[in-house]
Amino acid sequence: MTKTNNSFRRFQGTPGYIASGPLVDAVNCAIALERPLLLKGEPGTGKTVLAKHVADGLGMPMLSWHIKSTTKAADGLYVYDTVQRLNDSRFGTGDVSDIRRYLKLGPLGETFAATERHVLLIDEIDKADLEFPNDLLRELDEMRFSIIETSEEIVAQHRPVVMITSNNEKELPDAFLRRCIFYYIEFPDVPLMRKIIDVHHPHLDAKLLDQVLIKFYWLREQNELRKKPSTSELIDWISALLRSGISIDKLESHIPFVGALLKKEQDVDALSQYDSKGGRYPKKWEELGPRYNQ
Amino acid sequence: MFLDLFYGLRNEGVPVAIQEWQMFLRALEDGLHGCSLLRFYHLGRACLVKSETYFDSYDRVFARVFKGVEGALGDDVTEKVLEWLRDPKNFPNLSPEELAQLERLSSDELMRRFLETLEKQDGRHDGGDKWVGTGGKSPYGHGGQHPTGIRVGGPSKSRSAMKVAEERRFKDYRTDLTLDVRQLRTALRRLRQLTRSGDATELDLDETIDETCKNAGEIELVFRPPRRNDVRVLLLMDVGGTMDPYFEPVSQLLTALHEDHSLRDFQPYYFHNCVYDHLYTRARMARADAIPTGDVLRKLDGRWKVVFVGDAAMHPAELMEPYGNIDPRRTSATPGIAWLHRIAEHFDRSVWLNPEGTAYWEADTARVIRRLFPMFHLSVDGVTDALRTLVGARAHG
Repeated sequence: MTKTNNSFRRFQGTPGYIASGPLVDAVNCAIALERPLLLKGEPGTGKTVLAKHVADGLGMPMLSWHIKSTTKAADGLYVYDTVQRLNDSRFGTGDVSDIRRYLKLGPLGETFAATERHVLLIDEIDKADLEFPNDLLRELDEMRFSIIETSEEIVAQHRPVVMITSNNEKELPDAFLRRCIFYYIEFPDVPLMRKIIDVHHPHLDAKLLDQVLIKFYWLREQNELRKKPSTSELIDWISALLRSGISIDKLESHIPFVGALLKKEQDVDALSQYDSKGGRYPKKWEELGPRYNQ
Repeated sequence: MFLDLFYGLRNEGVPVAIQEWQMFLRALEDGLHGCSLLRFYHLGRACLVKSETYFDSYDRVFARVFKGVEGALGDDVTEKVLEWLRDPKNFPNLSPEELAQLERLSSDELMRRFLETLEKQDGRHDGGDKWVGTGGKSPYGHGGQHPTGIRVGGPSKSRSAMKVAEERRFKDYRTDLTLDVRQLRTALRRLRQLTRSGDATELDLDETIDETCKNAGEIELVFRPPRRNDVRVLLLMDVGGTMDPYFEPVSQLLTALHEDHSLRDFQPYYFHNCVYDHLYTRARMARADAIPTGDVLRKLDGRWKVVFVGDAAMHPAELMEPYGNIDPRRTSATPGIAWLHRIAEHFDRSVWLNPEGTAYWEADTARVIRRLFPMFHLSVDGVTDALRTLVGARAHG
């Protein structure tokens, strides 16, 4: 099956989000094949934010559906507020006879009913119970659903671009996985990280940036840490360092404002123990090993 | 050759479905892989592999399949590629002579060139790549039609697909290697799923109806607390010698599960080689730590789930003979195998986790022990299966 060039638009990355080539390809592949894109990766690698940037990049509006452990698939289509209707009938406010007043479309339903094409983000799909993704399959495939209470059928005029994120808390069912395009966002390597930081802290002093990255990646290499620092923590840490006017010399031999990087008490304790035992911090890339050849 | 990828992945245990393969072929037809083998690699992975735990298997298969290009090429596959290449729609500017030339190339030659060129071809890989069109344009060329439809590109900074596949960056994500500290988090996540029970608070419908009626029709909602977690695990672990490296991950894993409240109760005991008259409450197995095995059996009822961890490999006499334990400090009149029998009978369910790969389970003692206890490999997958056996619904027969 072939398409004409102008029937689908291509995502090329946006200035505010540094995406690797393969990720851009995966996004475009999902759009072209009309499949949902499933994103996994360490927390803080930008899975959720990507959807917004894809929407911006393609010039489409976006709707988000943040999944909780209590979310049911039907809620994404529509919700019938029975409790409100019951209350209204008991206290005599509002026109109870019109059931439409109590029907509200959920995020998936809204993208179907919309007049223009949307990006739909289904965030943290692994939070809901095991059957949840399978319950959505039919609607995602056929792009239509019925509202039982009014016998109305909602048919999507434009197939939404569906982006799904998962934190890997649960195994997702096979039938669901088969329909998706899958991408695992790896933790950024140093060159990519430099670009990411440049977006948030442009024109950073080169030596400062080097020291910051050396300490950061060294921390990430320590397997004893319960929670390794992520990209967003790195960015916050740099903000803290800049605000306090830290000197590069101090940064070479210490890790100030550790609380911005390490969020678990055991980790902070482990690091201060390392300090008190006279542990050294690396100053140069060579000290981190061959993987970090700069 | 494409089919080798499909069957290769399935043989390695990667669950690729026909549907996903078709998705991949469709993507190739649409030209989504651009002009480089690296993008082809990534496209294949995005369409066929749905969990990062299989990424390493994909790398291995990919490196194998696309390395020896001159290896056996199935006719079926070549036919498809040829068909694709010959489609005049792909080559609107080719003259009849060029088209004829295309057809004259033998299938092997064509395939070889196709792959060679893909490999040499390191396409531009920045995010701003516009891709080559579909329908009406060649899948491989940005412009300029080569008789084989392939454009040989210029040099670039991106890496070759073969290097990427051979790097095996995702080895640690695998779940079928023997458990070590790095995989603990994955194992823990999986096991939590198995031991947790149900939703948070549940609406107690019967009680709600009762209370509402008692309330003259005013709605009164009644919730009941969730079922309590009921899994009690008895860990019997072989320590010392070859079992040393596994002590850390196993105890960390089970302790973490226990602290997580996924297990109602957890008790570890230690032995060396096999269970004899005494078990030890600490891994150093000092005299002071000894407790008669019979006492443990009396204290813990059949509901406890037993998890053995050991390599089940010992001299047959140590298993089958009285005084089989080779520790001169304590003599054990009862043969080890008798104790294992008693444990198997006393407790409802037990499993044996073996850090050795399944190839080693044919050793004499391992075989005997396997008849008593279901044996699983001490990897994330194996531990998941073992726990499922312990807490899941009983299998038939």
